[in-house]
Amino acid sequence: MKTSKKSFAKITALLMLTGTAFIAVGAVAEKTIRGDHFATLRHAPLNTEPTPPPLTNEKEHHGSLARNYPAQAPIIPHQAHKYQINRKVNQCLSCHDRSRVHESKAPMIAISHYLTRNNHFLAQVSPRRYFCTQCHVSQESSTPLVKNTFVDVDKLVEASANKKQH
Amino acid sequence: MIEILKKAWRILCKPSVHYSLGFLTVGGFVAGIIFWGGFNTALEATNTEKFCISCHEMRDNVYQELKTTIHFTNRSGVRATCPDCHVPHKWTNKIARKMQASKEVWGKIFGTINTREKFEAHRRELAEHEWARLKANDSLECRNCHNFNYMDFTRQSPRAARAHSTALASGEKTCIDCHKGIAHHLPDMKGVKGF
Repeated sequence: MKTSKKSFAKITALLMLTGTAFIAVGAVAEKTIRGDHFATLRHAPLNTEPTPPPLTNEKEHHGSLARNYPAQAPIIPHQAHKYQINRKVNQCLSCHDRSRVHESKAPMIAISHYLTRNNHFLAQVSPRRYFCTQCHVSQESSTPLVKNTFVDVDKLVEASANKKQH
Repeated sequence: MIEILKKAWRILCKPSVHYSLGFLTVGGFVAGIIFWGGFNTALEATNTEKFCISCHEMRDNVYQELKTTIHFTNRSGVRATCPDCHVPHKWTNKIARKMQASKEVWGKIFGTINTREKFEAHRRELAEHEWARLKANDSLECRNCHNFNYMDFTRQSPRAARAHSTALASGEKTCIDCHKGIAHHLPDMKGVKGF
């Protein structure tokens, strides 16, 4: 009777020990997720799935939006996520193509879009320029995830000119 | 056997000799209700989304595409089902469309579009049928919900307001001329006017 009680206590102690060990290992594993010390836009540990921010609507804008630097692909000033762009059809071109702009009053896609990479002109939009949304994007009114320190080149030129004067 | 048939034929030829006028009138009335009601019930049963997607041709192709659009799910939960856009609401037009649909039964039996590849091969043709139908009836099925008279241009985007207040208002264009592929994917649009 006594021995059986003792052995039972022993087994319970052993079980408790292994249990705490498992919990401890789990806690350690949770703390040392690889890459967690990098700053990312997730704002959550890699092993958790945070609730995504609510969707916002694309902005509708009167006329075109200014470019921030000369080589910037113009921003789409209207909703465009519903437009089908694939092998069969490009709905952006149904307004912005050369053959369509007289009716749609939309700006024509730039002539650079008709050039191959060897600067040869094509009759139609070059395949490398076909997928509009690779460069052109609509805007949403969401807060930036990171601080932007971009300064317009005109401001930089102005600042350096001012410096020379003084 | 022949005797029985002959007797039945005689009753059918001159029923008033065998049955009372009251019985025939009331009987005809009741039979009329049953047949007419049954016909319309059956017709309405074929006029539901559930019926449409009971065939894999519709369920796996066009229905999947509809699911991603605003006509299926949106903020207010008002939605359009297949017959809202593809079957006229008026009775005579509905019957005419349903008679046309017998071709679709033929297609189902002989498997005209029973694979994804066959469906894709026919997509342009099928789309053109619907464009032609909506062009001919001035986009009636669109207008069953979207009433031009109650459109507020000031609440539309600048592009939409411009198009709706000019081409649509003057009747020069109808909904389907610009709004192709709003509920399903577009086929290869080579040569289609406006694309």
